[in-house]
Amino acid sequence: MNVVAPFEGIGASVRRKEDFRFIQGRGAYTDDFNRQGQLHAWIVRSPHAHARIKGVDTSAAAKMPGVVAVFTGADMAKDNLGGLPCGWQIHNKDGSPMAEPPHPVLAVDKVRHVGDPVAVAIAATREQARDAAEAIAVDYEVLPAAATMADALKPGAPVIHDGVANNLCYDWHIGDKAVLDQAFAGAAKVVSLDLVNNRLIPNAMEPRAALGEFDRTTGDYTLTTTSQNPHVIRLLMGANVLHIPESKLRVVAPDVGGGFGSKIYHYAEEAIVTWSAGKLARPVKWTADRSESFMSDAHGRDHVSKAELALDANGKFLGLRVHTYANMGAYLSTFAPCVPTYLYATLLAGVYTTPVIYCEVKAVFTNTVPVDAYRGAGRPEATFLLERLMDVAAKETGIDRVDLRRRNFIPTDAFPYQTPVALQYDSGNYHATLDQALQSADWAGFEARRAEAAKRGKLRGIGCSTYLEACGIAPSAVVGSLGARAGLYEVGTIRVHPTGSVTVLTGSHSHGQGHETTFAQLVADRLGVPVAQVDVVHGDTAKVPFGMGTYGSRSLAVGGSAMVKAMDKIIAKGKRIAAHLMEASVDDIEFDRGTFRVAGTDRTKALVDISVAAYVPHNYPIDELEPGLEETAFYDPKNFTYPGGCHIAEVEIDPETGQVSVANFTAVDDVGRVINPMIVEGQVQGGVAQGIGQALLEACVYDADGQLLSGSMMDYTMPRADDLPPVSVATHTTLCTHNPLGVKGCGEVGAIGSPPAVINAVVDALRDFNVRSLDMPATPAKIWQIINGGRRMAAE
Amino acid sequence: MYDFAYHKPATVADAVKLLADPDAKAISGGHTLLPALKHRLNKPSALVDLSGIAELKGIRRAGNAIVIGALTRHVEVATSAEVKAAIPALAYLASHIGDVQVRNRGTLGGSVSNNDPAADYPAAVLGLGATIHTSSRKIAADDFFLGMFTTALEPNEILTAIEFPIVDKAGYAKMKNPASRYVMAGVFVSKSGGNVRVAVNGAGPCVFRQAEMEKALAANWSPEAVAGIKQAAGDLNTDIHGSAEYRAHLVTVMAKRAVAAAG
Ligand SMILES: Cc1cc2nc3c(=O)[nH]c(=O)nc-3n(C[C@H](O)[C@H](O)[C@H](O)COP(=O)(O)OP(=O)(O)OC[C@H]3O[C@@H](n4cnc5c(N)ncnc54)[C@H](O)[C@@H]3O)c2cc1C
Repeated sequence: MNVVAPFEGIGASVRRKEDFRFIQGRGAYTDDFNRQGQLHAWIVRSPHAHARIKGVDTSAAAKMPGVVAVFTGADMAKDNLGGLPCGWQIHNKDGSPMAEPPHPVLAVDKVRHVGDPVAVAIAATREQARDAAEAIAVDYEVLPAAATMADALKPGAPVIHDGVANNLCYDWHIGDKAVLDQAFAGAAKVVSLDLVNNRLIPNAMEPRAALGEFDRTTGDYTLTTTSQNPHVIRLLMGANVLHIPESKLRVVAPDVGGGFGSKIYHYAEEAIVTWSAGKLARPVKWTADRSESFMSDAHGRDHVSKAELALDANGKFLGLRVHTYANMGAYLSTFAPCVPTYLYATLLAGVYTTPVIYCEVKAVFTNTVPVDAYRGAGRPEATFLLERLMDVAAKETGIDRVDLRRRNFIPTDAFPYQTPVALQYDSGNYHATLDQALQSADWAGFEARRAEAAKRGKLRGIGCSTYLEACGIAPSAVVGSLGARAGLYEVGTIRVHPTGSVTVLTGSHSHGQGHETTFAQLVADRLGVPVAQVDVVHGDTAKVPFGMGTYGSRSLAVGGSAMVKAMDKIIAKGKRIAAHLMEASVDDIEFDRGTFRVAGTDRTKALVDISVAAYVPHNYPIDELEPGLEETAFYDPKNFTYPGGCHIAEVEIDPETGQVSVANFTAVDDVGRVINPMIVEGQVQGGVAQGIGQALLEACVYDADGQLLSGSMMDYTMPRADDLPPVSVATHTTLCTHNPLGVKGCGEVGAIGSPPAVINAVVDALRDFNVRSLDMPATPAKIWQIINGGRRMAAE
Repeated sequence: MYDFAYHKPATVADAVKLLADPDAKAISGGHTLLPALKHRLNKPSALVDLSGIAELKGIRRAGNAIVIGALTRHVEVATSAEVKAAIPALAYLASHIGDVQVRNRGTLGGSVSNNDPAADYPAAVLGLGATIHTSSRKIAADDFFLGMFTTALEPNEILTAIEFPIVDKAGYAKMKNPASRYVMAGVFVSKSGGNVRVAVNGAGPCVFRQAEMEKALAANWSPEAVAGIKQAAGDLNTDIHGSAEYRAHLVTVMAKRAVAAAG
């Protein structure tokens, strides 16, 4: 066998294998699957933010053409189904558990947000199901709604869930308040800032879809669904909602067109189609239309915070105090409670040596779509808060904003570094990423560009953010102690076939990330099998032993590490077979990229010789070794990984219209070892696009009655290609010290580091207008108001 | 969408007959009507597809005017050598409607009969003082746009063509709504001898003429002439993208830019 071409291994920009099918329209997404006898479901959704259901009359709908069944929450209750479970339990300051109100699959007594599912019509065609759904008469008694956190917390606010006082899900904190107060007492300067982290609507290109099937012969259920983690869905839905044992439930997540977090969670529609497929013994499919996605996919972010930073006379940080309100929406989505706590408050040290940090988080129920993790999840909120605070502190202390950051960086020789908010960083070099970004963006030459822009009547500004995030989630024991109801290891199987090709089974799931390529490169690098001969299988509980899925930039750091462990088992077994074949001692066998060699000799065996021997064990150490060449490993990470870096945005504002355009964007990220530079660049570019979207464009807006005003693309501004600047992406690597690949993760850095860089640049462009706080998105109308207000003030 | 009957007449006369059914609807490019049908916001008994009617197609010069058939797609206006030479501002406007797909499907007749307050074409029609030809009469632009999504067209009256006078100068500038990319505030200006027209779209519930700016420009055709004229915010739109006050401000900015573009 040929030694692998080295350019396919770690560090090679191998073209994405999966793109051949995607760009030829041959991807197979959930809605592409159609089964014999398949029915279609249409969900009746609440038009009200908050209402009591006095009755549901399905009689007319049931008689409509093509209709096979109509089900309501009451029908589901008769089958003793469970509600949608929450996977993370937070405890209040006093040690009591958070409020965890029931989340019925179909609403029974009340609806709590616009879009809340009430009933389902199932018919031969989608249009017939929709016709029937329109004929279902729901008698609502409309109740006053709490559309914002402020409304929900007001005395006398509408009670969203019986027994949940003040609509408060939890009141949590981290850090030592007394020590913090002392730090503030001795401060030379305290800088405070109020911030809103705007609510976002994810909008993956592929809307959610689910297809339920039931096999009357075996009693087996199959759910094909748009999920980032099919095993997790099997566990949550099987054990908590439908009471189907794992052995009888297969969950398949085929090609998935983007997730960004919104496809992690177990949604009502998955349970509805699976349960009704069983009841009707026919396949049942549901596919969201875009309007449904807006009101039923979990939203992201939505924090209101107050941050206070204490500094000494030299600009060294003495302490940070943060109070945050986090919107949970109407129900707890699968991982919602952990986002504003362990994925947020624990990140508030950032890249700085702040010695004391105290953060209090109040999570609030409102009559809005549930909120959960969205690309970055908690870390963008922490980063935005810190990096905006940096610029305000710089301005108010008179210290240069880059210098202020440098003065407080965790020194390069201080790793491992223990923060005051639980995390221990393993590696990083914040000066290096900052230096490289300043250089690449020509930070020093900015004033000349500003002057040139001024000649054209434009306001130009530059801003940076030096950020850090924690991903590669996560050590199971640690997250267990913090309230996770699951482990967060990953699983990998390496199956070396008799003729030497390899199938990888991974519990990670690719919905755009390029795992089929990156993971094949790991095999090419370690086992010497060409990428073309490596197939990566994911997304099917019937094929892959187990898995926790893809989110939190964990696929490579955790899933890739599991593969490395499994490959090492393959190599160890292969050495024993090679020793037998070459009549040498196992200790003398070396392995390098596909070749087993007796050390110091020219006697070699290729991997394919070993695999043939393993599956045709005629000449084989059969008494000591089992035949076959397939190994599985579970990898439980020892720590989070800590990517970080520096993002710099340069913007121009048209002062007449308030229009902000991003002139250029520079990202220098430390994502650990880079397996495929092209894919890393793509991930960063995509993340930056979402970050610019959050900073300048995207705003989820509810009116006071809880109606979603930004309920379609006509009103919700997704970033388009021409909203985005050229993005310069570079990496500076320090290796992760605790996983075998040295990788950190690159899926979310773009969305985490970029929003404050953009807003800092906008604020810088508005230097002359004395802007202190600027909430996202910085829309033209908002910027014009600032400029106009400023001009007026100047005139008065 | 709901079920409907489908007709594809070959003549305007047949189309008018089919549209005698008050619940029937004409369809041209379908880029406005189809999304509405898909959202089930509309329940027509029948769709009368105009796309097979040859007499509704084409761009031609007629004396001192350009006559554009109702079925002419935005892309055809944008790329027409005739339009570019005679009324470049109109070709420019058409080339900036929506995106490529929209321009390849959407039609002049569909856009103008729909009279979406945020649409582009109504500004050109009013700003140039065009004449709307229908299946039964000719209507002056000043009498055509009656209000939000409302025109002088009778239910079974078909817009057949629009006659755009060739003017000395014309220009168009708009600020797009960041989300929909329709018009947030746009201004179309034209000058023909002493006759100046300024039409404002996007900002209000219906395209309208800005008399004060017309007067100022008649006296002094320059961006500076309109720079100081404030549009009253009173009747303008407010939504999550911008207040009436912001739109009023944009009207002045876009007017300046439109005049500058007209040269
Ligand atoms: C994504 C998107 C973006 C868009 N962006 C813009 C934009 O930026 N600016 C803009 O101006 N427009 C925009 N549009 C609208 C587009 O220009 C429409 O196509 C146009 O407004 C309607 O033309 P149509 O031929 O598609 O009409 P249709 O959808 O076929 O019909 C629209 C209405 O007009 C009626 N009608 C059609 N033809 C006639 C006729 N000849 N006589 C009488 N009644 C008729 C129909 O009955 C219907 O009520 C956008 C559309 C989309 C989908």
